[in-house]
Amino acid sequence: MNSLTAPLREHHKHCDELFVSAEAAVVDRDWTTAQSLLIDYMAAMEAHFRTEEETLFPAFEAATGMTMGPTRMMRHEHAQMRELFGQMSMALAERDAENFASAAETLLVFMQQHNMKEENILYPMCDRGLDAQSSALGPILRERLDAACPTTC
Amino acid sequence: MHPELSFEQAPPIDVPFRFFLTAPLFGIAAGVLLALAGGDMLASRWTPAALAGTHLLVVGFMLQAMCGALLQFVPVAAGGNIWRPRLVATIVHPLLIVATILLATAFLSQRPMLFIGAAHGFALALGLLGIVVGVALWHTPARGPTIVALRIALVALVVTLALGIALATGIARNAEWPLLALTDLHAAWGLGGWALVLLAGVSYFVVPMFQLTPAYPAWLARGLPLALLGLLVAWSVQFAIAENSGTQGFFVGGLGVSSLFAATTLHLQHRRRRKVGDTTLLFFRTAMLALLVIFVSVLAFLALPDLRLDPRAAVWLGMLALVGVFVSAINGMLYKIVPFLNWLHLQKLCGLQALPPTMHQMIPERSMRRQFQLHLAALILLLAAVWLPVLARPAGLLFAVSCAWLGWNLLGAVNVYLRFRNRIRAGVADHRS
Repeated sequence: MNSLTAPLREHHKHCDELFVSAEAAVVDRDWTTAQSLLIDYMAAMEAHFRTEEETLFPAFEAATGMTMGPTRMMRHEHAQMRELFGQMSMALAERDAENFASAAETLLVFMQQHNMKEENILYPMCDRGLDAQSSALGPILRERLDAACPTTC
Repeated sequence: MHPELSFEQAPPIDVPFRFFLTAPLFGIAAGVLLALAGGDMLASRWTPAALAGTHLLVVGFMLQAMCGALLQFVPVAAGGNIWRPRLVATIVHPLLIVATILLATAFLSQRPMLFIGAAHGFALALGLLGIVVGVALWHTPARGPTIVALRIALVALVVTLALGIALATGIARNAEWPLLALTDLHAAWGLGGWALVLLAGVSYFVVPMFQLTPAYPAWLARGLPLALLGLLVAWSVQFAIAENSGTQGFFVGGLGVSSLFAATTLHLQHRRRRKVGDTTLLFFRTAMLALLVIFVSVLAFLALPDLRLDPRAAVWLGMLALVGVFVSAINGMLYKIVPFLNWLHLQKLCGLQALPPTMHQMIPERSMRRQFQLHLAALILLLAAVWLPVLARPAGLLFAVSCAWLGWNLLGAVNVYLRFRNRIRAGVADHRS
C-alpha cells in the first residue's frame, strides 16, 4: 500500500502491539515492564495524534474546507483517549490491576472504533482529497511517526 | 463518501437500552415456562409449550436485543442515518413486547384471535423497523461485507415476518396449507437468514475489535451472507415447486457454510493479539462451538436414521441454536455494548470535566464471569433435558436464573450510569470517579 495514509494505518497496528504488551504485563503483575511499555505506548499514541492534528488534518481541512466534520470529531476523540491514558497511568502508579484493566478495556474498545472510523472513512477521504500533495506530505507523516519510535516502527 | 459524514449519529442511549433491558425478561419467561411445563414440553418441537418457549426466545430475547443493536450499530458502524430513532424505538419496542406475549399465549391457548393479534403487532413493529433501517442501509455511503450482511439480514427478517404472518393466519383459519413445511422455511429464514447473517455481519466488525484478531478472510466475509441467501432462495423455490421434498440438501449445505463461519471465528480468536481473555470471549466461543455441534449432530442424524426420526432430535438442534448459539452470543455482546455505551454517553455529558466510571466499574468482570458459568451450566442441563425429561424443570429454572442475573448485571450498569449522570447534572462531579 503506497497511499498517503498507509504509514498511519501501519502505525495503528504498532500502537495496538504496545497496548496489548502493556496490558499483558499488568495481568502478570510485572509492574516495571508494564510501566515502561505503557510509557512507550502513550508516546507512540501521542506522536500519532500530533501527526494527525498538526499535519494531516490541517491539510485535509485546507483542501476540502471541512473544519467541522470528521476531523473535529477525531480531535475530540483524541482528547477522550488522553483522559483514559491518565486513568491507566494513575492505576498503574497505584498498582491497581483492576482499575487498570477496566480503563484499558474501555480504551481498547474506544480506540478500535476510532481507528476503524479513520481507516474506513477519514483516511480514504484524505487519500483522495490530498492526492495532489501526497508526494510532499507523505514523507512528513512518515518522518513524524518514525521520530517517536525510531527503533520499532 | 458522504461529505457531511461527521460520525455524530449515535442515537440517544435509551433507544438501544430499552430493548437490551427487556430481552432478559423474556429469557426468564422461557425458563419459567419450561420449569412449569416440565419434560413433556421438550417431547417434540410441535408441543404448544415448545412453540411458545421457542418464540419467547427468538422474538422475546433475540429479536429484542437485535433490534436494539441494529438501531445503535447501523448509524454508528454502518454510517446509515436512522430516521427519528427515539420515535421508532417508542413505537417498535412496546409493539414487540405485546406481540411476543400474544404469540406465546396464542400457542399455549390455541385461540385464533391471539395469533391474528400477534401477526398484526409484528407486522407493524417490524414493518416500521424494516423500512427505517432499510432506508438507512440503502443510503449509507459506507461499503464492505458488513453492509452487505446487514442488508441481506434485513431482507431475511422481512421474509421471516411474511412467512410468520402466513403461518399465524393459516393456524387461525385452520387452513389446509402445508403448515409444517412452511414452518421449516420460516425457521430457516429467521435463524439462517436474519439471525445468523446479522451475527456474522456484526462479528466481522467486533471480533477483530474486541480481541485484536486478524480480519475475517474477504472471501468468507463476502461469501457467507450471499451463500446463505442463495441457499434460502433455492429452498424457497423448491418449496414452491414441491413443498418439503428435496430440501434437506439446502439445510445441510447451510449448516456447512455456517460451520465454516464458526470455525473461522474460533481460529481468529485463537490467533488474537490480545492475550487477556474476557467473559465476552467465553460467550462467543460457546456460541461458535454450539454452531459446530449443530452441524456434527445433523451429520450424525443423517448416518443414524433411528435418531433422526426421534422428534427430540429437532428439539436438540433448536436448543443448541437458540440457547447455545444466539443467547450466548447476545449475552456476551451485551456485556461489551452496555458498559461501553454508558461510558461513551457519560463522557459526552461531562465534556472532559470529570472522569466517568470505566467499563468494569459498570459491571464487574467477576459478576459477568459467574453469570457465564451459570449460563453454561443451564445450557448443558437444557441439552441433557432434551433426552432426560426429568431434568427439564431444573434446567428451565437454571436458565431463568441465568437470564435474571444477566438482567441484574445490566441494571447494575444502568444504575451506575444514572448515579453518575445525576452527579454531573447536580454539578458536583469531581475529578475522580
